[in-house]
Amino acid sequence: MKVGVVTFPGSLDDVDAQRAVRIGGHEAVALWHGDADLKGVDAVVLPGGFSYGDYLRCGAISRFAPVMEKVVEAAKAGMPVLGICNGFQILCESHLLPGALIRNDHRKFVCRDQLLRIENNRTPWTSAYTEGQEIRIVLKNGEGGFVADAATLERIEGEGQVVARYLEMNPNGSLNDIAGVTNERGNVVGLMPHPEHSVEELTGSGTDGLGFFTSLVEKAFA
Amino acid sequence: MPKPEILDPQGKAVQGALPRLGFTGVTDVRQGKRFELEIEGEVTDEVLAQVEKMAETLLSNPVIENYSVTVEDQQ
Repeated sequence: MKVGVVTFPGSLDDVDAQRAVRIGGHEAVALWHGDADLKGVDAVVLPGGFSYGDYLRCGAISRFAPVMEKVVEAAKAGMPVLGICNGFQILCESHLLPGALIRNDHRKFVCRDQLLRIENNRTPWTSAYTEGQEIRIVLKNGEGGFVADAATLERIEGEGQVVARYLEMNPNGSLNDIAGVTNERGNVVGLMPHPEHSVEELTGSGTDGLGFFTSLVEKAFA
Repeated sequence: MPKPEILDPQGKAVQGALPRLGFTGVTDVRQGKRFELEIEGEVTDEVLAQVEKMAETLLSNPVIENYSVTVEDQQ
């Protein structure tokens, strides 16, 4: 599959995301925030970083980048979209995903190898995992606290829209230990930890993150 | 302003700093944002509606924040 990775001014993990896409067996296509064109890709990754300097709110300005108009359109039509960290924040600001991300409750940047449980393997990004599978991948964020009002929280829990949950400890104050969520349709996934940093033994904390990138192909041939 | 039910870590940090400086009796601190927009011409209902739209679309995130718009004459 052709997987687009969007670079915004201030994106940091776009090159790692492209690499993870390739290791996952796909063609990585670089997309630029100023382009109103998805170059015929089959899926999109919004990478981590500090797009537009996190000015106003994380993801608030990126949401209105020309490329995002196309991403939102495609996501609503069912294209798989994965937002990692800052990408997750952008997807929440775009209202493609429920809730919002706020500053960590302990007010410090956190960087650690984090244990997660995959709660929903029915998305195009998580089908390579088994439900309940525990994986350890990189986590690094300053504003990773997932919040939503009580009704929304109840709804996404009830509908199985929680994709991954923190185990052992809650690194940022996220409600219900939520590390990642999906939309109602299940094609858009936001994740605060970084699977793209955990795809190679040499440089990562193991390879547990690779499943997010190999899932796409398994879905396609399912 | 962050909605009442949303945790405000920055406000909490400020609240924690006040007693250290000898200021007591503050039971809660919430930190928000203030935007000052200069508008060309008269602020009609139409203009005000536009500003409300700006507040809702870009300046605030209605998922976690409330906003209010007030009009002040330029000094």
